[in-house]
Amino acid sequence: TDYNDLYCLFTLVQFTKAGQFFSSGHTNNWAVLVCTSRFWFNYRHVANTLSVYRSVKRLGIPDSHIVLMLADDMACNYRNPKPATVFSHKNMELNVYGDDVEVDYRGYEVTVENFLRVLTGRLPPSTPRSKRLLSDDRSNILIYLTGHGGNGFLKFQDSEEISNMELADAFEQMWQKRRYNELLFIIDTCQGASMYERFYSPNLMALASSQVGEDSLSHQPDLAIGVHLMDKYTFYLLEFLEEVHPASQANMNDLFKVCPQSQCVSTPGHRTDLFQRDPGSVLITDFFGSVRKVEITKDTINLTSPVEPPIQRSGSGDIQIESLTYVDQLPVAEIIHQKPKQKDWHPPDGFILGLWTLILLVFFQTYGIKHLKHIF
Amino acid sequence: MHCKSLWIKASAKSPAKDQFQEELVIRPLHSGDIYASFQFRTLWDTDFLQEGQKKVSHYRLFPKSLGQVLSKFSVQELHISFTQGFWRTMQWGQPFIPSPPGAELWVWFHHTVSDVDGNWKELTNVLSGIFCASLNFIDMTNTVQPSASFKPLGLGNATDHRFLRYATLPREIVCTENLTPWKKLLPCGSKAGLAVLMKSEKLFHSSFHSQAVHIRPICQDEQCTSKAWELRQTLNVVFDHYTSGQGKKEWSLFKMFSRTLTEACPLASSSKVYVDITDNPELSPATPLLSQAVVLGDRRTYSVYDLTRAETFGQLRSFNLLLRWKGDNMLRPLLHAERYVAGFGLQTGEIHTVIYNNHPYRAFPVLLMDSVPWYLQLYIHTLTVTSKSRDNKPSYIHYQPAKDRHRPHLLEMLIQLPPHSMTEVTVQFERALLKWTEYTPDPNHGFYVGSSVISALVPSMVAMSTNFTQDQPLFSSFVPVKEESSYFVRVYTEPLLVNLPTPDFSMPYNVICLTCTVVAVGYGSFYNLLTRTFQVDEPSPPLAKRLANFIRRIRGVPLLA
Repeated sequence: TDYNDLYCLFTLVQFTKAGQFFSSGHTNNWAVLVCTSRFWFNYRHVANTLSVYRSVKRLGIPDSHIVLMLADDMACNYRNPKPATVFSHKNMELNVYGDDVEVDYRGYEVTVENFLRVLTGRLPPSTPRSKRLLSDDRSNILIYLTGHGGNGFLKFQDSEEISNMELADAFEQMWQKRRYNELLFIIDTCQGASMYERFYSPNLMALASSQVGEDSLSHQPDLAIGVHLMDKYTFYLLEFLEEVHPASQANMNDLFKVCPQSQCVSTPGHRTDLFQRDPGSVLITDFFGSVRKVEITKDTINLTSPVEPPIQRSGSGDIQIESLTYVDQLPVAEIIHQKPKQKDWHPPDGFILGLWTLILLVFFQTYGIKHLKHIF
Repeated sequence: MHCKSLWIKASAKSPAKDQFQEELVIRPLHSGDIYASFQFRTLWDTDFLQEGQKKVSHYRLFPKSLGQVLSKFSVQELHISFTQGFWRTMQWGQPFIPSPPGAELWVWFHHTVSDVDGNWKELTNVLSGIFCASLNFIDMTNTVQPSASFKPLGLGNATDHRFLRYATLPREIVCTENLTPWKKLLPCGSKAGLAVLMKSEKLFHSSFHSQAVHIRPICQDEQCTSKAWELRQTLNVVFDHYTSGQGKKEWSLFKMFSRTLTEACPLASSSKVYVDITDNPELSPATPLLSQAVVLGDRRTYSVYDLTRAETFGQLRSFNLLLRWKGDNMLRPLLHAERYVAGFGLQTGEIHTVIYNNHPYRAFPVLLMDSVPWYLQLYIHTLTVTSKSRDNKPSYIHYQPAKDRHRPHLLEMLIQLPPHSMTEVTVQFERALLKWTEYTPDPNHGFYVGSSVISALVPSMVAMSTNFTQDQPLFSSFVPVKEESSYFVRVYTEPLLVNLPTPDFSMPYNVICLTCTVVAVGYGSFYNLLTRTFQVDEPSPPLAKRLANFIRRIRGVPLLA
């Protein structure tokens, strides 16, 4: 028997807050987390990105909605005294790498071109889904960049750079193609505020770890691992995010207060003039978490009849003509007498054609057509 | 966003045609290290390559992502492995399933495929998404089509090598992000059964770690009248004696994996742990179950622990194995190989491959396959093969020269190794200068050349059985046995790391600065001299002087300067 009618029932716990439920206007969350530095001494940039990844996963965004780009591998690097771990705190308290991590772009794949292609969606057709940013006009996107930067640029893998104008243009392309509803941009590099100076698309909010002319500093080194483990701004950001849980009501104004100058030495900056809502009414979980909204329906929905189970193969009835065999792994005699492969016939190359044309031309010019009948 | 909850009455249940087996083999190595090999096998009696009504749409134990890949790209056999570290044959013997460092992928496509290269390119991209690896770097510059190596390991009479593609990425890093999706392909995930032991912090803190996926069609039963698809996921790891063992040859499951086993995977039809006791180690808890298997040409004895039986777990509902052994019986491998680069400077060099045959009186043939990237230009006229300081002419040579930026070199040779000898294969090469955009961001690290593959039929000490039975332990039934007196083995050499002549990447910046400075200073000054007039501009005199001049003007006396 098959069921044709379907009932869909829902219970909404806080029916009174229905009005608030649909106030933010987004239906899904995406995150693009990029670490742009290569080499072991840039361990802290990978730790920065992984700590944001960890928070974002903890607050509900699934791996399929996170594009994680790490320019180098620190966890399984041969210099790491504790393989498969990336620590954020000097007493090795918090392993931000964890046991369940999926890196989408790694190593040499993290380039300016790939980053911009991910943002704008212009990827080659054979790119797998996990490497794409499949956002729509109701997506809230969190973009986090970290690495080495300067006034107006961010360095990728010590060999190329992205400028603030390119980034602003990429966001404008995203806006015109309706690839985001609201976008939060966080950058933790030296002179980070210069990267958001040129933004001009609506619904963008940006945070940076330092102003133009200031350096972002790293937090603390670990003597066992031998490098600095994290940057100051992201360290305090992680501390702040550890307090946030999916039902938290913390808003963006709290995020702006993270890491004041007394802790960070540099002055974190933010930009909200392009953002339409008031930052005080934007929840942290609007960008860092994935709080699902549900819609109730009491209508019946008709399903088509279910898929027929596959027809049973007639088992013992048919007898194969010959039984199948395994192939010999190293058939020496066969290999020795293997005929050389027939090369595919190619039409003669351009050079040969040209040469023959020249010869024929000279021949006919010398002897003339009318003499042909004497030759043939 | 809509969320629906469905009730669908289950249709008449068809008998389960898939089964899952898991097994762990622990073998103490003579050097004090310990070798653990996990094998997970899913057998499914179906046909992916069928079209129409019978197209597979319901997946139970077989992972759907791989099933869809197989049917979309008409794959007959797929072998992919990710390895960190190098297998030391001299100290550890032969592995059950060998693999080269980095990533290796070889695929046999079905003979109905018309565009093999297109399917190969898309397949590598899809696999890079499934395994979180940079397999999209596999393209025509590192893919080869071997003509005699890599025959299908499963059923089929496909010997047309046009449907075979082989590629290796020696630089590929293996870490938890590759293990996570690999574990998710298992029916029980990492929640139950043997897979609970796979914690990345312990697995990657080892001398050798290799995880692989092998998919092939095999005989469904002894008569071999129909095919079944087999998916084998293998994980081989060698734990280091000195960093973890503190110098004592004493191991336990908890010490190795920081976990103990609590239950078998409920979806598994068999779940066993085999421990190699041929060298008489002390084992606790003891077990009466023993099994003998002929593997890699040698008869070994194993203690078997069956995890599907509740008494294996004892009172504490947890199974922890303790192993203590002494004595070092060295099982000298009959075949092993080395490879290195000789020469100096950044222009030329020489690749030496040395193959050792340690059998006292038997000679056997080996098939050496070398795939060298195009930027090492090989001079094949300098190829020499010498055994025991005499020339050894290979009975079969297949060479496909490289095409710059299109194709790598492929060299395959069938060499007969004399007994108890060392054979050396040398070829000279010249390094090419790449275009400056083709260099990686860290070019001074060097460029990798993939491992050579040596396939051989090694004479076995014990007669091997050619019967295929379902009851054989998984680790001894991977390679189909065709004759009793020799077994097939594949040995991988080291990958090479070669420095290419690297330009100074700051030169464009230097040139621009210098040119601009020269132009500005030289031409600029000249231009100014020619086109500008110079006037002396008097600065306004100070207040005192101005006052004095004012008074002097009144007096009618000449002014001050």
